[in-house]
Amino acid sequence: MSTLRALAKAQAVATGVAQPVATVRHLHLAERPLVLVPLALAGEANAPLATLVGTAPDTARLLVVPQPRNRDQRFRFAAELATVVLPYLARYHTVSEAVPVDRGRDVRHRYVDAPQLLVPNPAGVTFLRLLGRSTRFRRPDGEHPVHPDVPLLGRWLTFLAERAEQPGSSALVALTDALTLHWATGQSTVEDQHLPALLGWIDPPAGSTGAQAAARAEDPRVCPPAGPATDPDFDNRVLAPAIAAYARTEDDPAARAAAYAELERVLRDQLAPTWELMWRGVGLLRALPPGARVAARWDGDKDAFTGHTEHLDAAGGPQPRRDGAVAAAVRLHRLERALASYAVQRAYDDPLVMAEHRLTGEAFVGDVVLADPKRVDDSGRRPVLRPRIQVVTTEPVLVPAGTTLFSPARPAQKAKVVFLTPAADGKTEVVLELSGGMGRGLTAPPGTVPEVGERLCLTTLSDGFLPAGAFPAPEETPWTHGGPPTSTAERPTDGDAAEDWS
Amino acid sequence: MLVDRPRPGRTGGERLSWRIVTSTAQRLAAIRGDVPPKRHNARTIAALSGNPGCARRAVLDGAGVDKPKLAERIGFPARFGQSRFAIARGNAFEAQVKADGGVELLRLVAQRLGVPVPQRADWTDLGGDDALPDRQERSRRALTATGPDAALFDHPLLGLNVAGQRVYLEPDLVAARLGGRFHVVEIKSFPVIDGQADPAKVAAAAIQSAVYVLALRELLAGQGQDPELVSHDVVLVCPRDFANRPMASLLDVRKQLLVLRRQLERMARLDVLLAAVPPDFTADPAADTTTLTAALRTVEARYAPECLATCELAYFCRDEARGHTGALGRAVREALGGVEEVSEVLALATGERAALPERAEAAALLRAAARLRADALAGDPA
Repeated sequence: MSTLRALAKAQAVATGVAQPVATVRHLHLAERPLVLVPLALAGEANAPLATLVGTAPDTARLLVVPQPRNRDQRFRFAAELATVVLPYLARYHTVSEAVPVDRGRDVRHRYVDAPQLLVPNPAGVTFLRLLGRSTRFRRPDGEHPVHPDVPLLGRWLTFLAERAEQPGSSALVALTDALTLHWATGQSTVEDQHLPALLGWIDPPAGSTGAQAAARAEDPRVCPPAGPATDPDFDNRVLAPAIAAYARTEDDPAARAAAYAELERVLRDQLAPTWELMWRGVGLLRALPPGARVAARWDGDKDAFTGHTEHLDAAGGPQPRRDGAVAAAVRLHRLERALASYAVQRAYDDPLVMAEHRLTGEAFVGDVVLADPKRVDDSGRRPVLRPRIQVVTTEPVLVPAGTTLFSPARPAQKAKVVFLTPAADGKTEVVLELSGGMGRGLTAPPGTVPEVGERLCLTTLSDGFLPAGAFPAPEETPWTHGGPPTSTAERPTDGDAAEDWS
Repeated sequence: MLVDRPRPGRTGGERLSWRIVTSTAQRLAAIRGDVPPKRHNARTIAALSGNPGCARRAVLDGAGVDKPKLAERIGFPARFGQSRFAIARGNAFEAQVKADGGVELLRLVAQRLGVPVPQRADWTDLGGDDALPDRQERSRRALTATGPDAALFDHPLLGLNVAGQRVYLEPDLVAARLGGRFHVVEIKSFPVIDGQADPAKVAAAAIQSAVYVLALRELLAGQGQDPELVSHDVVLVCPRDFANRPMASLLDVRKQLLVLRRQLERMARLDVLLAAVPPDFTADPAADTTTLTAALRTVEARYAPECLATCELAYFCRDEARGHTGALGRAVREALGGVEEVSEVLALATGERAALPERAEAAALLRAAARLRADALAGDPA
């Protein structure tokens, strides 16, 4: 944890309310996100119990599994969930746009918008991932046929869960993660996983402090857990009798309907408070202005959404249970690049995030005191425009001469440190030579070179283009990595459909 | 009253004997109150390894105090409920795996260990209703006797010394003897999906199994046999994917064994810890609430947010640690330069309080952080 963030936590303790750690919103928020609050049955392997799902606060749809251990009912739940999720996804399959590629020499098409799913916490993401895993290999024919929507839902949920692993993606978001990205509470990160307590700190009800609201939110009788795990006391006192009562009514349709209604009622009671909190959290995030680079990252989600749609349209198979050696290396490389770029982009978008890097010496802010925008370096074969500026800063400058720095204000421009001179009052004078971002001529267009008096942030963090790594084709996997795949572990087989589901 | 005078109904001799009582066991009994010590099991012993630096926990657990009751008495009830669905599923899976005299279990374990699956194996159920010492004797004899090469022992009763007490463990586990070595077999009902399980649950299973390995090794060593006959590789049997079909995996618990051994040794030296505990310290749940609260505060705790998942007293300690940076997590405390109190952090950050020389570096960092934060929040264009 950065010292700046830790300090914000200390301030939250002292003031009794969460403190901002971001000045802009670092994730995309869809106009109509699909909010999903799942519950699972304790002890089972991701057995759905109930879910509240919808795209607006007043359109919650409750799905219930009256006997979660029953295999057929689980698949019926998956089919029912598919009737909500698939039409929601299909909405975004209508309009596409042309995007220039290859420096404008070609275009490709992508959907103008993409779906967004919101769940309460990371455990909710895991629930969807495992639900995707348990449904994507099913088949509508054969020994254990399911509704054709079920495997399709499984593939989409798997796709979304994989997007959720990608830093900076907003396709499937755990609300606790989104909120802690923007606010620091006076409780630990363990306690921040509890959505009611977290929101208690961020937005306490009138007349109480964040600490008091969080304490109240910890009592499961007052505030049911945000799932997917249920409160054991609720399981034992309420749910178990209700499930048993339903099971007893097999021969009596009227009694069965009543028992079902009772189950719905108790489960809705458990889910409704979280549902309210989800929308309150969304409202809090929506009130923040989006960061400048959020839209570009959302384009990445649109690309991925378009790509997976094309994969499915081309009758592509379900995602494998495990990546092969090459696929795993490619995935890791992609995630690492995304992580690095996400960290830089947030700092560029948000002075409060950049402040964390200033504290660690990766960035400093100074005033431009001298500028020579016309300077041309003609020592090489042909003259090049290399303006120089001098910046004075009160912050410690930890980089040595020769380092290339960047400025969020002109991300395409490089600034090489030429001289570093300590000045009076602990200040430092830094002379920088600029290249790039000034056109092709020998005269810099106005505004491309910082002027005297401008306050400038300079950092070692670069949001420049990172070339993708080169990886062999799977059939050329080197022997050091097990050689070309021979096992079927990476590829789905028809046998998967016969896998039992208890 | 400056001079102790014998009160009616209470002889001076009794009082004197109370004074002389200094042996650790009696001291612990006095702390616990007029109740038998709370029995440990593998889960509670495993939990001991969670926060080894906490004196409060070491003393209470050493004395066998009924911590859930104590926590409730002082107004901070623990929340460690178990869902009956989880219990039912766990029992059903275990029964399924152990069915038919363990034929399927034997096959799973042998295959996982890479030894030929024996034609047949002895299945000895060491469970029973007889007295604990008798049962332990039965387990000891069965486990140390020479017998067929492949043998499974269900419900062995094992013993371990915790803080000077003999603690009996009644694991639901099976000790498997195959190829001359013992393996602890732990049956858990959480799923292993595509070769991956919930890391927190695996970690908990590993430390619990380590308790059994330790107890089993002690038992063999006590009979003059080589304790290394008990493998540090534990066989974990879990349902595979979303079905109920069991699969076996190996868990190396060497690290957990080290941690446990260190913590048990520490608890064996409880007298050292007790020397720092006030003589009238009580944790008897029957005592007055204010007395209890005041007494608990005299024994130092080391609260960390992780305690919430393992210790019944955590909510009390958390309340007490309010205003301390440690309550926000170790990482926060470290990021704040190790300064312990939130009020001091803020005073140093604003420059209100001059820093002591050993805090100078932390203070400079905090001041810089506060300035940068304020600048950015005030909308500094940089």
